[in-house]
Amino acid sequence: MATSDIGDIQVAERALQHHFADMEQQRDTSSFGMWMFLLTEIMFFGGLFCAYLVYRASYYHAFVEGSQKMNITLGATNTAVLICSSLTMALGVRAAQMGKPKLMVILLLITIVFGFGFLGIKAVEYHEHWVNHEFPGPSFHFETGDPAHPATDPQHTEIYFSLYWAMTGLHALHMVIGIGLVAWLVIAGLMGAYTPHYYNPVENVGLYWHFVDLVWIYLFPMLYLISKKHGG
Amino acid sequence: MAEHKEETGSVGHIAPAKLYVAIWAILMALTLTTVLVSMVDIGPMNVVVALVIATIKGTLVVLFFMHLRYSPKLTMATVIAAMFWLFLLLSLTMTDYLTRAWSTSPGH
Amino acid sequence: MATAVQTVERENYLNSNYGIKSWLLTTDHKRIAVLYLISITAMFWLGGFFAMMIRLELLTPAGDLVSSDTYNKLFTMHGIIMVFFFLIPAVPAVIGNFVVPLMVGAKDMAFPRVNLLSWYLYMAGAITALTAMVTGGVDTGWTFYTPFSTTYSNTHVIGAAIGIFIAGFSSILTGLNFIVTIHRMRAPGLTWRRLPLFCWSNYAAAIIMVLGTPVIAITLLLVALERAFHIGIFDPRLGGDPILFQHLFWFYSHPAVYLMILPGMGVISEIVACFSRKRVFGYEFVALASIAIAVFGFLVWAHHMFVAGISVYAALVFSLLSYLVAIPSAVKVFNWTATMYKGSISYNTPMLYAFGFIGLFTVGGLTGIFLASLGIDVHVHDTYFVIAHFHYVMVGGGVMAYMAGLHFWWPKMTGKMYPEAWAKLSALLVFVGFNTTFFPQFILGYMGSPRRYHAYPPEFQVLNVLSTAGASILAVGYVLPMIYFLWSLRYGKDAGPNPWNATGLEWMTSSPPPTHNFDETPVVTWEAYDYEHQPQEEITVGH
Ligand code: HEM
Ligand SMILES: [Cu+2]
Repeated sequence: MATSDIGDIQVAERALQHHFADMEQQRDTSSFGMWMFLLTEIMFFGGLFCAYLVYRASYYHAFVEGSQKMNITLGATNTAVLICSSLTMALGVRAAQMGKPKLMVILLLITIVFGFGFLGIKAVEYHEHWVNHEFPGPSFHFETGDPAHPATDPQHTEIYFSLYWAMTGLHALHMVIGIGLVAWLVIAGLMGAYTPHYYNPVENVGLYWHFVDLVWIYLFPMLYLISKKHGG
Repeated sequence: MAEHKEETGSVGHIAPAKLYVAIWAILMALTLTTVLVSMVDIGPMNVVVALVIATIKGTLVVLFFMHLRYSPKLTMATVIAAMFWLFLLLSLTMTDYLTRAWSTSPGH
Repeated sequence: MATAVQTVERENYLNSNYGIKSWLLTTDHKRIAVLYLISITAMFWLGGFFAMMIRLELLTPAGDLVSSDTYNKLFTMHGIIMVFFFLIPAVPAVIGNFVVPLMVGAKDMAFPRVNLLSWYLYMAGAITALTAMVTGGVDTGWTFYTPFSTTYSNTHVIGAAIGIFIAGFSSILTGLNFIVTIHRMRAPGLTWRRLPLFCWSNYAAAIIMVLGTPVIAITLLLVALERAFHIGIFDPRLGGDPILFQHLFWFYSHPAVYLMILPGMGVISEIVACFSRKRVFGYEFVALASIAIAVFGFLVWAHHMFVAGISVYAALVFSLLSYLVAIPSAVKVFNWTATMYKGSISYNTPMLYAFGFIGLFTVGGLTGIFLASLGIDVHVHDTYFVIAHFHYVMVGGGVMAYMAGLHFWWPKMTGKMYPEAWAKLSALLVFVGFNTTFFPQFILGYMGSPRRYHAYPPEFQVLNVLSTAGASILAVGYVLPMIYFLWSLRYGKDAGPNPWNATGLEWMTSSPPPTHNFDETPVVTWEAYDYEHQPQEEITVGH
C-alpha cells in the first residue's frame, strides 16, 4: 500500500512540468485551460446556432417541412447512445481518480464502442437523406407537401438542410476527434500513465466528451422535434 | 466518508458511482419525455418544453458529469461567460431581424 | 535590484542552446516571441508593399498603374495581411508573449507547447493565405462580404478564408494561454491589484480572442462551404441572407479592432508611467476600462451595417451602444494625461511614440463617434473618411504602440540598446508621415471620395498626392528601425537589466533573461508602478 503510494507519487512527479510549482497548480491550470477551450467551442457552434435562429424565425414553414424528413427514432436512439457513452466516460474518469487503471481502460473502451455506435446510426441517417436528395447543392430536390402553405419555397427548406448538415456534420467531426482522444487515453492507460495523483488528460478528454454530448442534447430537439407538424 | 468532502489536493472530487447512474437514468427519462411530448400538439408550448428539457439535461451533464458542482468558482465564471456571450450573439442579432418588419420602407 | 549585471557570458535564453532545431521546437515563451517577431515583420513588409502600390496608383486620377481588378486584389491583400497576420498578433504574440510571463513572475506561459502550436498555426494560416495570393489573389476586401465572396468573385476566396480560419485558431490559443497564465501563474504576492496594466490589457484582449474568434472561424468556414457546395446560407438567390454574414463577421471584427488596440494601450500605460516616474493615475480605472472595452466592444458591431439594410430600430440601438464604448477609451486617455501631469518626463523614443499614440488615437476615437452617429454615417460610410478613421486608430494607435513597446523592451529582449538619436528621428518621421498620409483622407472622405476605387475625379488629386507623399515619409520611418534594430544586435551598447530604471518584475532579471526567467521565484510585496520608492537615478542611457 505504502510502497504503491510512493510509486504513484513518482509517476506524478515525472508528469510535473518544470514551470509549475506543484501538481495542484498543474492540475487546476490544465482543467481551467480545458474549460476555456470549451468556451471557445461554444462560440464556434454559436455561429451556427445564430444562423439557425435567424432562418427558423424567417422560414418557419420551410423548417417544419424539412424536419418532417427527420427520423425521430434514429435521432432519439442516438441521443440515448450518447448519454450512455457519457455515463461510461464519467465512470472511466472516476476509475482513474480511484487508481483503477484496468477498470478505466474497460470503461473507456465501452465509451469508444458507443461513440462508433453513434456515428454508425448517423451514417444510416445521412445515407437516407442523401438518396432522397436532401443534400444541399445542385442535386437537392424537395417536394413541398404542405397544402396549408403551398408557397413554401423549396429553397428555404434547402437552407434547413444546409444547417442540418453543417451542424450535425461539425458535431460528428467532434465525435471522431473525441474517439481518437479516448483511444489515446486507452493506450496511455495501458502503459500505466495515470494515477490518482496524475490524471489530467483523462479528466480533460472527459470534459470534451461530455461537451460534445451537450451539443447534441440541443441539436436533437432543434433539428428533429420542435418543428414537428401536428394534426395535419 | 472522506471521499465526499471538498478536496483541494491533487486528487479532485470523486463522486459516488451511484450518483452518475442516477443522473444517467434521469437523462434517459428526459429524452423519452421530450420525444413523447413532441408527438402531442400543445402549440407553441412544444418548443418551450423541448428547450426546457434540453436545458435541464444540459445542466445535469455540466454539473455532475463535468463536475462543475465541485469545481472552482473560476470554472463557474467561465461557463457563465460562455452562456452570456452566446446570448449576446443571438439576442443582438435578433434585434435586427425581429424589428425589420416594424418599418415598411427604410427610413420611415 | 535583485539581480545585478553579471558577466556578458551569463547564460540566457538566446545562447543556452543553438541550432535551428532548438528554435523550431522551443517551448520557451521568449523564443516563441522572437519567432513571431520575425514572421510578423515579414508580413508587415509584404502588407506595406501592397500599401505602397495602392498609394502609387492613387498618385494620378486615372487608373493607369494597375487595372481595377489588380487594384481590388491589392487592397484586399493589404487588408488581410495587415489585420489578420500583422496587427492582431503584433503586440500580444510578440511583446505579450515575451513580457507577460516575466511580468507575472512565471517561468513560462501556462501551456508552453500550446504556445508553440499557436505559432505553427499562424505560419500554416499565413502560408495558406499567401498561396492563395500568389496563385491569383483575392478581391473581396478583407471583409469577405457575401454574396460577392461566395458567388461572384472569381478569385481564390476559399484559400484566403481557410488561411484566416487556421490563423484564427492560433489567435484563440494565444488568448487562452494568456487568460490561464494570468489567472494561474502569478508569483506569490502579485495580486490582481498589483498586476501591471499591460497584463490587464492583454487579459482583456484575450477575452476577445477567445470569445470572438471562434465566430469568425465558423463564418469563414460557411463562406468556404457555400462557395464550394452552393449551400445558400448567405446567397440571396438561394433564399439566404447576406446581412447575416455581416452580423456574424462584425460580431468578431468589431471586437477585433479593440483586440488590436487594447494590448497597445497596455504598452502605453507602462511607458507613460515609466517616463513620467509616476504611478499610473487611477490605476483601477485604467485596469477596469480595459475589461469594459472588451465587454462593450461586443455590443456595437452593427454600426458597420447602418446602410446595409438592417432595421432602423436596431441601428438606433447599436448607434447608442457605440457611444458607450468611447467612455472607457476616454478614461484611458484622460488617465494617461493625468499621469504625466507634474511627472518628471523624459523624452526617450518609447515616450515619443506614446505621445504619438495618445494624440492619434484620440483623433481616431473621436472620428469613430462621428461614424457611430447614424446621420453622419449615411453620408461618409464607404468613403475615405472611414479609411482615415481606422488608420488613425490602427496605425496611429496600434502600430505606434507596437513600435513604442518594441523600443521599450528591445533592451530586455536582446540585451542591447538601440541608437537613441536615430530612433527619435524615426519616431518623428513616423508621426509626420502618418499625419500627412491620413489626414487628407478625412477631407477626401468628407468631400465624398469613395473607398476601394483605383480612379478618382481630378479635383481630388492634390489631397491624394499629399497622401502618397506622406506614405513615402512613413515608409522611411519604418525602414529606419528595421536597420538600426539589426545594427544594435551587433553594435548596440549593453543594456543591463534595467536601462529605464523601471518597475516591474521583467526588469528584475538580467537582459536577455535566462531561460527560466528568474533564478528564484520572486515574491511581490509592492504595488505596481511604485516609482515613488524606485531609486531616483537618472535614466542612464540614450542621451
Ligand atoms: C472610440 C470608439 C470607436 C467608435 C465609436 C468607432 C466607430 C466606427 C464606425 C461607426 C465605423 C463604421 C464606419 C462605416 O463603415 O461607415 C468604424 C469603422 C472602422 N473602425 Fe472604428 N470606432 C472606434 C474605434 C476603433 C478602433 C479602436 C479601431 C481599431 C483599432 C477601429 C477600427 C475600425 C475599422 C477597421 C473600421 C472599418 C472597417 C471596414 O469597413 O473595413 N475603430 N468605426
Ligand atoms: Cu466597429
